[in-house]
Amino acid sequence: MSMEIFPEQWARFTPRQRILRYTFFLLSAVILYWSVTSIDVIWEWVWDSPRQMGDLFSRMVPPDTRNLSSILMVLWETVNIATLATAIAVLISLPVAYMAAQNTTPNKATLWIGRFILVSSRSINTIIWALLFVAIFGPGIIAGIVAIMFRSIGFVGKLLGEAIEEIDHKPVEALEATGASRFKVIMYAIVPQVMPTFWAVSILRWDINLRESTVLGLVGAGGIGVMLQGAIDTFNWQEVATILLAIIVLVIVGEVISAWLRRKIL
Amino acid sequence: MSKADTQKQLVRDTWQKPPFIANPYIRWGVIIAVLVYFGFTLVNLPIDWNRASQGLTRAARIFNGAWPPSFERGGLLLNGFLESLKIAILATVGGVVLSIPIAFMAARNVAIKPVYFLGRAIIIVARSFHPVIVAIIFVKAVGFGPFAGVLTLIVYSVGFVAKMLAERIEEIDFGQVEAMRSVGAPFLSTLIYAVFPQIMPRQIGLTIYQLDSNLRASAVVGIVGAGGIGATLANAFGRYDYDFALTITLVIIGVILVSEAISGQIRKSIK
Amino acid sequence: MLKITDLVKRYDTGQPVLKNLNLEIKGESVVSIIGSSGAGKSTLLRCINRLVEPSSGQIQLNGTDLTSLNRSQLRKARHKIGMVFQSFNLIDRLTVMENVQSGRLGSLPTWRAIARKYPKEDIRRAYELMDRVGIAHYADKRADELSGGERQRVGVVRALMQEPEILLADEPTASLDPKTSEQIMGLLRDLSREFALPVLINIHNVTEAKEYTDRIVGMRYGRIIFDALPSDLDKDAMDSIYSGTPAADRGADVQQSTVSGDVGAVAT
Ligand SMILES: Nc1ncnc2c1ncn2[C@@H]1O[C@H](COP(=O)(O)OP(=O)(O)OP(=O)(O)O)[C@@H](O)[C@H]1O
Ligand SMILES: [Mg+2]
Repeated sequence: MSMEIFPEQWARFTPRQRILRYTFFLLSAVILYWSVTSIDVIWEWVWDSPRQMGDLFSRMVPPDTRNLSSILMVLWETVNIATLATAIAVLISLPVAYMAAQNTTPNKATLWIGRFILVSSRSINTIIWALLFVAIFGPGIIAGIVAIMFRSIGFVGKLLGEAIEEIDHKPVEALEATGASRFKVIMYAIVPQVMPTFWAVSILRWDINLRESTVLGLVGAGGIGVMLQGAIDTFNWQEVATILLAIIVLVIVGEVISAWLRRKIL
Repeated sequence: MSKADTQKQLVRDTWQKPPFIANPYIRWGVIIAVLVYFGFTLVNLPIDWNRASQGLTRAARIFNGAWPPSFERGGLLLNGFLESLKIAILATVGGVVLSIPIAFMAARNVAIKPVYFLGRAIIIVARSFHPVIVAIIFVKAVGFGPFAGVLTLIVYSVGFVAKMLAERIEEIDFGQVEAMRSVGAPFLSTLIYAVFPQIMPRQIGLTIYQLDSNLRASAVVGIVGAGGIGATLANAFGRYDYDFALTITLVIIGVILVSEAISGQIRKSIK
Repeated sequence: MLKITDLVKRYDTGQPVLKNLNLEIKGESVVSIIGSSGAGKSTLLRCINRLVEPSSGQIQLNGTDLTSLNRSQLRKARHKIGMVFQSFNLIDRLTVMENVQSGRLGSLPTWRAIARKYPKEDIRRAYELMDRVGIAHYADKRADELSGGERQRVGVVRALMQEPEILLADEPTASLDPKTSEQIMGLLRDLSREFALPVLINIHNVTEAKEYTDRIVGMRYGRIIFDALPSDLDKDAMDSIYSGTPAADRGADVQQSTVSGDVGAVAT
């Protein structure tokens, strides 16, 4: 369908642009063809998959709520993982952001240390962090908390660092002119300016972490994921359905709460 | 301001920052609740101190085992990455194509109420589940391998692309639509001539962004069996092949940084 | 007493922006500095508290040579120099009281600064000063809720909280409407009398400079070419101050051209 509009637009382009566009589309088509033909799938299974999916979902109804109370308990544990990890990560990310912002970092070395922490934290996914920490601390909630923390530090630290770099420099100069020490200038002229970002980013990350903490259990790092994995392994599809519904509710409630907090605090 | 007030303020020598929450009961209630919550959850963490205290030695062993990273099985690594790339490409195409009708369903200004709610519901469900959960379900339904990965990331793409696109559709200039309608154009032509040109730039930007996201996510969903480099990584971890796992992780980081830079560049040049 | 000798300021590139500048301010007079844009007025003011690092020359404030101080000595010295800015430079999200108290950060113990537990005498002084300039009832308001004139009053009180030995004001009224502008100028003049405080004001509004200040210094591209009583600022002097080009004036080592032999006339 989307192909039909392109002839309309092509009239607007110079021949050179047109050739570029043709090349681009040709290239896309070739790449797509390569992906489809070389991907390692058994096509019979693919054609059979709608039936399989239907079959699976039919086995999920009606959801089995006998275990609801323990599901809710574990769900609460999931919330705790997300909340604790976010709180600790936010605290740790403060000095990291301070080091990674060009206008506050004490020197070149700290700048690079700060940036290194941010990049390594951000480019490794929570699940991969969780794999590592499960190997270190053993299966359980601690590995989960630490994994989420490690991933969140980079996220919060990066956004906070950018906020620090974007502050209005004038109040800083005014306080320097009063003879205030560096630390007091930071506390009075920089901190108040980045406070809104600080809260916004913390709330946003909490919301994301709520989602992330639902899957930690699949690699053994605690939370509702453990239960989900258990139910799947025992083919207890009706309980799987309940757990999935519980996760949807959790995520939606989380979104409502964070929207409310944003309105209240900012 | 009366003179008495001024007088009173002249002798004032105490000042307190106006509290964030004016009502003292609510303020202290919130403070205490927060403290109790954190205290309680921290104390009740089921920490196995024995296991945790071994953590450092374990970590040392893992890092010793991981260093230096091993590039011996470069072929496996390359295959894993190519598979991730294919998964990402197919899922992006599938997800974006599927997103277009769903986005129209979920746009308040073009869809009728029941369709609108259906469209929103699809988006909410697609967004609520972490791709790893979606992956584990698909792996059970259609078996291990990249196909489950493609399906997972299609859902993931729909959650994001359809949401953003629906927001864009809700912002379109309706004058153009009305102009088309006024000359008696049928529904489809109206879409093609009046709506698509308006959402196309956003759609291209989103597609590139989503390709980048899918590449990242494909490294993760593989861990639960949905193919790609993630599967290679999970296998290496499972076999305590920490040096190979480190290699994979480093390469993943490198690829993500490069792909992020490329996608950022392309999106900038389109704008 | 402020005594500036042979001050030179050269930014990273190019010609000196201040060229062997000499200026002396005795007693509690209000001195205005006028001159076209780019003449170096802000640079001169900022060299005094070393927000801009002078290239060479001496700046003495009540016997201390400011140019030779190390970082911690400079902080102490800056505490004695109040500064008022064109765009107020308040911390928008803090209350007026916190903004005012930030003038005392130089001497306030760190824990007090963080906990907002200001000493009683500082609070009393803040209320007195705020009352003096008419903003006491705004103490608990956030700075960004105030109007321009009110914000500049906060800026002035913040500077006065430092118990300064001199007040520097870089175009304090340039962002204000004409009426508010006159009020602030009047306020600066009155405060100078009340606190026996020398005030140095950069200003573009010559009428206000004549009305509210005791002495006018005219700058032209890095040099002082006029220094006399407001009543001596005639049309010729004005023309001369606002003529010239950066290249001609800063470039070759032209003979110091002065106006009507008034240089050095010090009003007190
Ligand atoms: N940070 C800086 N780096 C380089 N050059 C600067 C810097 N600040 C000012 N200058 C230059 O120094 C010269 C004098 O600037 P200054 O701001 O002191 O002028 P001014 O008299 O205050 O002008 P205005 O009336 O517009 O405020 C100008 O040519 C300006 O370009
Ligand atoms: Mg200036």
